[in-house]
Amino acid sequence: MTTPVDATVDLRPGDPAPVAPSPRRRRFSRAAREAGLAYALIVPAFLVFGVFVFYPFVRNFYLGFFSTPPFPGQPKNFVGIDQYSDVLTSNDFLDSLKVTVTFAIITVPVGIALGILLAVLAHQKLQGIGIYRTFFSSTVATSVAVASVIFGTLLSPQVGLLQGIQTEPSILQNPNPIIDINLPVIRSFIPSVALVAVAVTTIWQNLGLSFILMSAGLQAVPDDVQEAAEIDGAGPWSRFWHVTLPLLSPTIFFAVVVGSIFAFQTFGQIDLLTPRGGPLKTTNVLTYFIYDTLQFSKNDGKAAVLAIALFGVTLILTLVQFRFLERRVSYER
Amino acid sequence: MSADTIALRGTELSGKAGTDVEAARPGKRGRRIRIVARYLLLTVLAVIVLFPIYITIVNSLLLPSQIASTSPTFFPTSPQWHTYADAWSDGHLARYLANSAVVTIFVTVGQLAIATCAGYAFAFLQFPFRRTLFIVFLTTLMIPFEITIITNLSTVNTIGWYDTYQGLIVPLLATGALGFGAFLMRQAFLQVPKDLQDAAKLDGYGHLRFMTRVAVPLVRPTLAALSVFSFLAAWNQYLWPLLVTKDDRLRTVQIGLKQLRATNLDQVNVTFAGTVIAFIPLVILLLIFQKQLVRGLTAGAVKG
Repeated sequence: MTTPVDATVDLRPGDPAPVAPSPRRRRFSRAAREAGLAYALIVPAFLVFGVFVFYPFVRNFYLGFFSTPPFPGQPKNFVGIDQYSDVLTSNDFLDSLKVTVTFAIITVPVGIALGILLAVLAHQKLQGIGIYRTFFSSTVATSVAVASVIFGTLLSPQVGLLQGIQTEPSILQNPNPIIDINLPVIRSFIPSVALVAVAVTTIWQNLGLSFILMSAGLQAVPDDVQEAAEIDGAGPWSRFWHVTLPLLSPTIFFAVVVGSIFAFQTFGQIDLLTPRGGPLKTTNVLTYFIYDTLQFSKNDGKAAVLAIALFGVTLILTLVQFRFLERRVSYER
Repeated sequence: MSADTIALRGTELSGKAGTDVEAARPGKRGRRIRIVARYLLLTVLAVIVLFPIYITIVNSLLLPSQIASTSPTFFPTSPQWHTYADAWSDGHLARYLANSAVVTIFVTVGQLAIATCAGYAFAFLQFPFRRTLFIVFLTTLMIPFEITIITNLSTVNTIGWYDTYQGLIVPLLATGALGFGAFLMRQAFLQVPKDLQDAAKLDGYGHLRFMTRVAVPLVRPTLAALSVFSFLAAWNQYLWPLLVTKDDRLRTVQIGLKQLRATNLDQVNVTFAGTVIAFIPLVILLLIFQKQLVRGLTAGAVKG
């Protein structure tokens, strides 16, 4: 009996038919076996993604065509595109979108700036700097729930450290505002005290992460560049603006993109710190709005439209950031 | 340690070119003041960052009336250690922590296994639609888990997984770390030298043996980084555990804290003690895995 090796060796052009099929089939089956193995290896991932990501994602569009009846048990009504236009032009949605955007505008830049500040300070060659690095990164160990309980009580008007301090939205009552906050556009973007409290909690909780990211970015900046700038007589401030910051820009860009996506998914803080997205829905971010619509209003159709909106807004934001921000990033070393 | 020695060590540590420049500047005293100022600034910032944690520990040891008093106490003179026992037993924290551990470990191990397999296939194997399927993989990164909850909740209800561990765990496998992880693992596998693959082939290694004996051990740093990322993400899950469980015995510690606070409105100190307990396991883990943590959290953000 011929082994496969013999068969391959024996194979010459013009060989009689009986020998040829065997190696050809084997060669074909090797590629097939490789493909088979590959599919076997990616099937678990596709199963998970298929059932829990793609199917729900696509089904949102379908659910959005049906209005949920006010009483359970009644048949769903096909309303087509109407539900999309109704929900997406409703004041509830637009307010929620504004709250979400405002929240991201507060938390992302401030969080990144603080991360850079701490990272630059901890990047010095000082004895015992390792302890400070550990301190600065410590909030990674907190979860949303831990941070929310800590700040929820710290900032609570009844028992918190800020009790007695005016916690009313004083900016709205300021008789001589720097900017005319009565312009409707501006007024609608002024965050409520509650949203600021949620933002502070979020910034603190993410500070460790931001610090770690920026520190790693700084470490990737070669020391000789900094030293060359120092020898050229650049002061610390100008070194920061003209050397450190540009070299850190890829990391900052990454943090902006990922941070904005995270900010748009904020949920736990709202659930733990606020009365259902209140007061007066001023903390009703999109993710919370979806949850509320799903859990309390039991309105699948509306929740699906909101989910699609969340996806769309996230996608647009990310694309815009890549389009306009990445130009300012210097990838060259 | 005197400021002098710190200053000395400081310049010693500042290395090559830095030392010369530093030394060339006039005024030894001015330099010392600058270094003290740096430490002062660092310390002030550290105090600000750590203050919420510190005050939580202090508050956990105070009486509720002390916490509510208008003159805040910053050091517990008669610590109420029993709050920790109260939080542990009344708050079912042991149960919540165990649930969190189970969920987190299953999700992390599951994601690592699935991501490693998929990453290997995309890096080493040839198969039809490889590129297309990889792009499909990457698109999952653009779909936040939050927008899938509506259908996932009904899926879980339909197959009878509501209020079960599998209902808690399996859908979480699809969260962030999986798509990202498969991508990360593929990139790591692509760095495995081609020679090794050829040598393994000559030794008669099939793909499975090459994967488990050669490729996976070589990408261990990436695996470690990914496991930290996946672990933290799973541990911090809040929305899904809140949606899919009703039974108190299945609650994770994140939801448990919400519960604890709601049931201890007049005993804030117990809530604080529970918060500290929920916080400690992660602090310990993070101190142990600090290096992997940094690598895990910065994977993709920094090149090189």
